[in-house]
This record gives sequence, structure tokens and C-alpha cells, in this order.
Amino acid sequence: MKVKMLSRNPDHYVRETKLDLQRVPRNYDPTLHPFEVPREYIRALNATKLERVFAKPFLASLDGHRDGVNCLAKNPKSLATVLSGACDGEVRIWNLTKRKCIRTIQAHEGFVRGICTRFCGTSFFTVGDDKTVKQWKMDGPSSGEEEEPLHTILGKTVYTGIDHHWKEAVFATCGQQVDIWDEQRTNPICSMTWGFDSISSVKFNPIETFLLGSCASDRNIVLYDMRQATPLKKVILDMRTNTICWNPMEAFIFTAANEDYNLYTFDMRALDTPVMVHMDHVSAVLDVDYSPTGREFVSASFDKSIRIFPVDKSRSREVYHTKRMQHVICVKWTADSKYIMCGSDEMNIRLWKANASEKLGVLTSREKAATDYNQKLKEKFQYHPHIKRISRHRHLPKSIYSQIQEQRIMKEARRRKELNRIKHSKPGSVQRVSEKKKHIVAVVK
Amino acid sequence: MSANQAAESLLASNQQKKLENLPKDYPLSTSEDEGDNDGERKHQKLLESVSSLNGKDRQKLAERSEASLKVSEFSVSSEGSGEKLVLSDLLEPVKTSSSLAAVKKQLNRVKSKKTVELPLHREEIERIHREVAFNKSSQILSKWDPVVLKNRQAEQLVFPLSKPQSAFAPIEHVVSGWKAGTPLEHEIFNLLHKNKQPVTDPLLTPVEKASLKAMSLEEVKMRRAELQRARALQSYYEARARREKRIKSKKYHRILKKGKAKQALKDFEKLQKVNPAAALEELEKLDKARMMERMSLKHQNSGKWAKSKAIMAKYDLEARQAMQEQLARNKELTQKVQAASESEEEEEGQEEEEELLVPDMVNGVQINGLNPWMFRNHFIDAKEAEVQKDLKDPTEPEAQEPSESEEERAGEEETLLKEFEERRSLRQKSELNHMAEPVHRPVTKDPSSQEVLSELRALSQKLIAENHQSGKQELSSARTAQREEPAREEEEPMLLQRPERARTLDELEELGREGCVENKELPRTAVEGLQLEKNLSNHIGAPKEKKRKEQMIDLQNLLTTKSPSVKSLAVPTTVQELEDEGERDQRQMIKEAFAGDDVIRDFLKEKREAVEASKPKDLDLTLPGWGEWGGMGLKPSAKKRCRFLIKAPEGPPRKDKNLPNMIINEKRNIHVAAHQVQVLPHPFTHHQQFERTIQTPIGSTWNTQRAFQKLTMPKVVTKPGHIIKPIKAEDVGYRSSSRSDLSVIQRNPKRLSIRHKKHLENNCVD
Repeated sequence: MKVKMLSRNPDHYVRETKLDLQRVPRNYDPTLHPFEVPREYIRALNATKLERVFAKPFLASLDGHRDGVNCLAKNPKSLATVLSGACDGEVRIWNLTKRKCIRTIQAHEGFVRGICTRFCGTSFFTVGDDKTVKQWKMDGPSSGEEEEPLHTILGKTVYTGIDHHWKEAVFATCGQQVDIWDEQRTNPICSMTWGFDSISSVKFNPIETFLLGSCASDRNIVLYDMRQATPLKKVILDMRTNTICWNPMEAFIFTAANEDYNLYTFDMRALDTPVMVHMDHVSAVLDVDYSPTGREFVSASFDKSIRIFPVDKSRSREVYHTKRMQHVICVKWTADSKYIMCGSDEMNIRLWKANASEKLGVLTSREKAATDYNQKLKEKFQYHPHIKRISRHRHLPKSIYSQIQEQRIMKEARRRKELNRIKHSKPGSVQRVSEKKKHIVAVVK
Repeated sequence: MSANQAAESLLASNQQKKLENLPKDYPLSTSEDEGDNDGERKHQKLLESVSSLNGKDRQKLAERSEASLKVSEFSVSSEGSGEKLVLSDLLEPVKTSSSLAAVKKQLNRVKSKKTVELPLHREEIERIHREVAFNKSSQILSKWDPVVLKNRQAEQLVFPLSKPQSAFAPIEHVVSGWKAGTPLEHEIFNLLHKNKQPVTDPLLTPVEKASLKAMSLEEVKMRRAELQRARALQSYYEARARREKRIKSKKYHRILKKGKAKQALKDFEKLQKVNPAAALEELEKLDKARMMERMSLKHQNSGKWAKSKAIMAKYDLEARQAMQEQLARNKELTQKVQAASESEEEEEGQEEEEELLVPDMVNGVQINGLNPWMFRNHFIDAKEAEVQKDLKDPTEPEAQEPSESEEERAGEEETLLKEFEERRSLRQKSELNHMAEPVHRPVTKDPSSQEVLSELRALSQKLIAENHQSGKQELSSARTAQREEPAREEEEPMLLQRPERARTLDELEELGREGCVENKELPRTAVEGLQLEKNLSNHIGAPKEKKRKEQMIDLQNLLTTKSPSVKSLAVPTTVQELEDEGERDQRQMIKEAFAGDDVIRDFLKEKREAVEASKPKDLDLTLPGWGEWGGMGLKPSAKKRCRFLIKAPEGPPRKDKNLPNMIINEKRNIHVAAHQVQVLPHPFTHHQQFERTIQTPIGSTWNTQRAFQKLTMPKVVTKPGHIIKPIKAEDVGYRSSSRSDLSVIQRNPKRLSIRHKKHLENNCVD
């Protein structure tokens, strides 16, 4: 006899393990859940407000230097280790988890101009005002030994910057010219110049490692090819570029921190027009560093603040400042892309969260889902005026605030003048110059 | 000649340069191979002298023994250069001479050759180098374009891009690399070593190994075989027991029991012969068992089984038999008390015997017919069957003829009811009869029959209530019961055929005469009243509507009359002057072309609609039927409507009130506008696109879990504590250049240009 019974598939209601969530059958009929847009809008508004409430980016201040911090470097193999060089020739190695200095070296007489770590993380190089390049071991000397560099190279001129090759035992220094050094030799294997001005910074391309970029005090940025030992191209800007940084995910993109308060992102194949002009600072930009994800970069400025810019936006996403932070000289984004460090004039290194309202530590899956959802909501409703206003609102110190107002007025005046000039001259005789092109003086082949 | 001289000088200078350059370019060949060259030359000379002996191609080879002006690079011989030029030669006409022709030819040859261009300026050269290098490197970089584009457009990027190869180092490697540092670690290591605890691969101590080896192979095999046999036997027994247990045959069990009893008897006899004392004891035991049996109420009718059987006994022959069997048993047991002196042996076998005897006993009882219980049972059975048949009857026709008309069914129901009532009276009588025997009553009235009865009663009552409430009850008082039925049967179809209202009206009249007004009629009257009202309102409403229409027309007329006036005001100044014959024609044509559409009228209509739509609406709070008699199609009274109507306050005057040819939209809500996006944001190209993105919800309230996860996927995912390295060619499937940058740079040292060298030298000197 056939018996007909109601039966349910146990897969529909039985959990596989005890740790699984209980399956809750839900009815997704849209008529049962009305007003989806207003409800999501309110959720987005709340998420935006909460983001602002929880935005507490400042984590720690590493103090111990006895002079302004001039340069920073991160260890490529260890997230917790950070190196810093000060204006009194002292180099300190910090442990970020303990937030303590674990080693102090009197490396140079005068400024430590540049510091860089070897790609393997076992040693690091410093250059100073005493015309020397020194190589140090990353691990401290065992007790009883003296703190001594592995190698010391005596140069003829002052070196103002140093950077290490990303794969090989080669490093580059800059000063009067760009020198490429083999670690094993005391003479540079190649030196390149173009023009006679002093070069302030040199950076290896992290992806196509034979490329170098440098910026000199005669307002130009020069690119070099290490293999062919020749400069490639030079772009002259309105004002001096302080430093450049290559995008670690896009081989041909680099960003230059300029004295004219702006940052310029270039595609190195087309230097005549920057890809993006990033403006928000109100004083000279002194340093720039990319996030390891290549989506954002952080810039340090003389206006006592640091700003985070998305690569494809001209305005900053975030601004960090504290009352005690003076002119920020150097800035670094940590290798896990979660934190930002900045060294400033008043001898402190500060540790910030890269995402101001992010919750640190391990998140449960529900928390993660909630944050993801909130993030998406904020993204979805970002153009709505209230949400936009709340998410953009930042408290700024008075000096920066008033400066911004002033800049705005000046810019508006300039724009008006330009418009008037166009209006009162023969049509076509005066061309409007776009913001991107405005700051490029020339490209020299 | 001067040209010649110039050429010569140039050549000379070139030679000079060459000579200068030569040692630089080929220093080795000049200096080191000096000795060899001498020998070679001699050898060459010898060869030449030999070849000259041949005589055929004896040529005078121009031998160059010393540096002279006679021989030049371009093989222009300066023959006759030593001869003096005489004036007469110049005065004479030019003669063609063989020697001059040769010179000419030579000169032509020289002329045809071009001079080498000057080398480029150093800066130029550098620029060219730079350009070439730049093109090369930008070509290399352009291979990254697709990767960059892909990453920029990727929905999700998980960093670090390259997954770290999780290398599983074997434990020996780890252990060998590790040394005990702290005292605790030392201690643990010592302990391990003492116990000969192996650290590496075979994770067994020597002791464990020994214990494993202790039992010999044969022993193990034997033991295993034993165990296997035991297990097999056990399983056989289990299977057999199960099989036997499953046998349902009563006969089998009976035989089994009998066999057992016989066996027991035999044993007992044997025992009696062998050991009388033991047999006595056994006997006592048996007696005791019997006593226990008697003491228990096992064979009374009180057991659960007995009760169930009692219910079943009516229908089931077997059950009845079982019942009787039990009764017999009981009797027997009770008899036992009286005849206590019977032999034990008899008693022993009695149980078995009884089982066989039961059917006879039952037959006897039935034949005797002494049991009144059984009698009654039969009687009731018959009656129950009847009742059941009756019960089936009403349902059957309904099922068979569902389309039968109401009247027929009503008639049937009535007959049925009659029957039921008769039966009920009968049953009541029988019940009374039964009351005489109160002991057996509960048995006779089994629950199922009672249920049926109660159901029937309920049904009949319901039917009565339904069908005959209106007419029957009043009339029944007046008429006799027997006459009533057919009359009503006649009456009802007619009533049903007639429209309801008519019937009710007739009845109303009757009832009015009778003076007993039932509350049931009231709603009907109300309906009546309402319909009357409706009619009235229809009558009244028609003129009202007309009026309204008239009003509308009036309004239209007003507006339309107004608009032409406006037009007529505007037109004359411009149009009247220009009116010509041709123009009139054109106008006529345009008029004809646009004869169909009246733009002004349309606009006015639109405006009227807009005005109507924007007017605040009155709020009507009347609840139909509230505080009144209820019913279908009831309309609240005008008074009530007036009372519960909340008039909306008149809004501010429209901005376009005095602007006849304009509609100003006043819908915009400033409170909402504050939350609305004013300008279409950048990536969107059309407002619909943007609205669609806003309207698709992403929350888990509206989406399934999987969809929700997909929708809320973050664009960039980073793992905490993981170092993100710059992108590598290997990560994206490109081959990274095999040559290292260092080796390349060391292979072409020429790039250390002279200037740089000098610079470096200067530095060193400093």
C-alpha cells in the first residue's frame, strides 16, 4: 500500500554543525517589506553619523627623539618595526606593538637625510649631512659589542636622499647627481645627471625596478633608467617638488608632492598632463606615501596636518591633525595598509588608523557583515545632501580653516580675472588653461 | 688646381686624424704584432716575386715605400707634380692629351665622393639617447596597462595578491633546528630523553614496540578464530529466537505450550519417582501459583483487554468468543474455590484443556439463550443498523443530486425530520425500557451509537432552525402538525418562486394584522426604506447632476470666453496691419491644417485639472451603518455626513490664480527637497540610471543571504597582519626579466660618459 505523507527535506531545517546559524525561513515578498528606499536612506544616514562618532584615528605617539624627525622607513619583512632618523643624526628603531623604542643609534653628525631598508629586511642604509652612506644591521649588537655600521662609504658631496632597489643589492643616492651603488663597492657603478641643481629625493620604481624618479630643486622631476644609465625625461613644474612616490600596484603612476600646496599624479609615459591634481593642503606638501593597495596615498604637509587622498580624486578623503603636531616632515603608510605613521618637527612619531572609524581587532562575521553593509549604504547614498554634509564634515584647526577660506577667495578671484580676460579680449586669442595643465611649465625630452 | 689642392688638404687632415685615431682604436695590433709583421712582409714579397715570374699579368705595382704626397687615399696620383709649369704651356690651346684625361677622371671621382658630416653635438646625442631609452621603457611599461585596468575595474581585490606558499616543514627539521634554551625546556628535554621518547618519525616508545611484539602470530590467530566462532554462534541463536518470536500462528504457540506442559508433567512424574520430597515441594509451588492466579483479578472483566473486547464483541465473532472464553475461565476459577480438593494434576492441565473447550462453551451459551445480555445485544444491533441506514439516507441524495432545487430538498428534509422524530420517540421509549436494567445499560449504549444520535439531533435542530423559522413557527401554533407539512410543502416552492420582497411585503401585511412583529423583518423594511431613498435620491440626484454639469459648462464658457478676449486684445495691433490677401490664404491653410486641435482649450483643461488636484481634500469620517440599522447598500444620512465631514482649510491662493495662460506647479515640497539629490552625480549619465540604483535595496531584509553578501562585497579586502608587497610580474602571469638590473648595468660601462668620469676623477682628486 502506498502511504502518502507530508515530508520535509531535513536539509532545509537541520544544521550541519552546532556552530551553524539556525536557518530562519524568510519571506522576501516585497509587499511585506515596504518603503525600502526610505528605510535604507535612514540606515545610511545613521551609518554615516556613527562613522563620524567613531572616527578616532589617533592611536599612539612615539616620543624619544631629541630633534625633529626627518625621515621614516618601514621594515619590508616586519610590520611592527619602524625606523626613524632625526635631525640630530640619531636613528631609532621602534616596535609598534609595544610602542617603544628598541634601539637607538647615533648614526651621523648633523641631519639624517635619508634612511632606507634593504629588501630582505636584514639591514638598512642611512645618509647624513656628514657626506657618508652607512649600512647597519637590523638586529642590534649583542651585549658588549659596540654599535657600528657594517659599511661606511665616504662621499665627496652631501647626500640628500637614499633608496634601495626592490630586488637586488643596489641602492641609489642623490645629491648633486643620482648615483647607483653596488653594495659591494665603494664607488658608484653609475651616476646620472641632468642639470646642475641639487636633487632632493630619489625613488626606485617598485614594479619595474630599473626605473628611478628624482626631484631636484630646480623645480623638475627627472626619470632615469638604471639599465641604460640614462635619464629619460624631465618635467618642470611651477614650483619645487619635494618628493615623489611610485604607486606599488600601477607601474607607471607616481605622485609628486609639490611646494605649491598640491600633489600631482603623473603617468610617466605622458608627463605633459598630470592624471590628477590633488589639492587640499594649505601649505607646502613635504612627503607622500602610497598605501600598499595602491588606491590611496597619504601626504604630509607644512600646514601641520596629514591628508589621505584617493588616487582618482582631487580632494582628500580625510585630514588628521592634533594640537601638538607641528610641521609634518615625513609620512609612511604601513605595509598592511591599516596604519599611517608621521614624523613631525616636534620630535614625535604619530601612529594613526588609515580608516578613522574602523574597529580594530578581530571582527565577528556579523560585525563584518554589518560594516560591509553600512559601507555600501554610505556609498549608495553618498550624493544625498544630508549624508554628504555629515560625511564631509571635519573639524579643522583655526589656522588651516582660515587658510582654506583665504585660498578659496584667492582662487575665485583668479578665476574671475581669467574669465574677465577672456571676455574682454578677441575671441579665441586667450585660451582657458585647465587646472591640470596650468602647473606644468615644460616637458624636456 | 685650387680645388685639387683643397681636396688634398682635406684628405691630408683626414689622414692625420686617422693616424691619430688609429693607435687609440687598435692599440694591440700596432704594438704587439710588430715582430710577426716583418716575417709576413718578407713572405709576401717572395710570393709576389714568384707570381711575377709567370709573365702573364706582369704589372707594375705601385709600391709605397715611404710616406709621400704622391700617394693619396683616393688613389689620385700626383704624377708630374715635380715638373715645372712653363708660360708657353698656358698660352697654347688646350690639347687633349692622354695624361690629362686620367687626371680628369680622377678628379671626377674625387668630386663624386662626399665629405663625412660633422659629428653631432654631445647634448644632441644625449637627447637622442634619452628619447630612445624613454620609448623603450614606456614600451615595457605599457604591458602593465591591461593589468592596471583590470585592477581598477575589479569588483573586489583581495590583498595580498600573491598567496604565501604555506610550506609544511617536516617535524624533524623543525626539531633539529630548535635548541632548548630555558631551564624548563632543558628539563622537558631531559625527561623525554630519559624515557627514550622518540622525537622523530615512528612515534612509539621502545616499551610500546615491545608490547606490540609480545603476542605471537599463531596465538593471535587462534584467539581470533575462537572469537569469530563465538560471535557466529551467538548470531545464529539470536536469529533463531527472533524467527520464533515472530511466528504469529496461535496453533503453533498452543502446541508449543502443550509440549512444554507435557514435558513439565513428565519431569514431575520422574521427579515423583526419584525424589518424592522434591516433587511435593514442586507441587506446593504449583499450588501457590494457582492461588496467586486466583487472587489476581486476571480473569475478571475489569481489565483493559476485557473492556476493549466488550466493545468489539458486538461486531466481531472472535472477540465474542474470547470474551466467553474468559467468562468460562472465571467461572472455573470461582468453582475451584468450592471444589478445592481436586487433584493437582488435573488443575495443571486445565489451562490447556480450557483453551480447547472454549468454542463448545460458547455454543452452549448461545444455544441456551440464557444470557439476556446476548439477547439485548442482538436487538440493539438490529436497531443500530436501521439507524445507520437512516443516517446514510440524508447524505446520499445530497451527494448524488447536488443540483436539485431547494424546494425538493426542503421537502425531503422534512420527511427525514419526521422520521427522525418518530424514531427518537421510539428510542426514548426503548431507553425507558433499558432503564429497567440499569446494570447493562452502559454496555448497550456504546459511545459510537451515542455519537450518532447526538449528531442526528443536532442536525435536525439545525434544519428546523434554518428552514422554518420564518413561517413555520408562527403557523404551527395555529395549525395541527399533520396538516402543516403538506401545506408548507406546497407553499414554499411558490414562495421561493416569487421575488423575496413581494413575499416579505405580503407577510408584513399579515404580520401587521397579527400584531406580532418579528425583529427579523426589520432589516427588510430598512432595505425597503433605503431603496425608496435611493429612488428618491435618484430623482433628486438627476437634477443635481444636471445642475453641476451646467455649472461646469458655465465655467468652461467663462474661461473660453475669456481666452478669446485675451487673444483678441493681443492680436489686432500686429495682425490687422499685416492682413493681405496672400496672408489670409496662408492663415486659412494653417487653420485648416490645425483644425483638429484646440490648444487653448487643452491648456485650460490641463490647468483646471491641476487646480483641482492641488486643492486640499475634505476628510470624510462617516462610517456607514454606525449608529443605524445595518444592512446592504446602506448610506449614511446627509445629516451624519454633514456632521462627520471635516472641511479642509482653504490653502493659500494659487500663484497662477491671476495668470490665465500659465500653470505654476506647487507640488514641490521643501521639506523633502532638503533630502533630495539636486544634480545628477558624476558617473551617471541619465537620471533614470541613478534612480534605479537608489531604488534597488541592498539590505538583507529585501535580499537573500547570498545576494546580500554579493551586494555588500567590499571593494578592497586586506588581511590584518599581512604584508602587502608591490605587484610583481609573476603575480599577473607575466615573465619577469631574467636578467637582473645589476648585470645589465655592469655589462655596458660605456654609459659612464667621459664627463662623468672626469667628474668622478675630480671628486677623487679632491
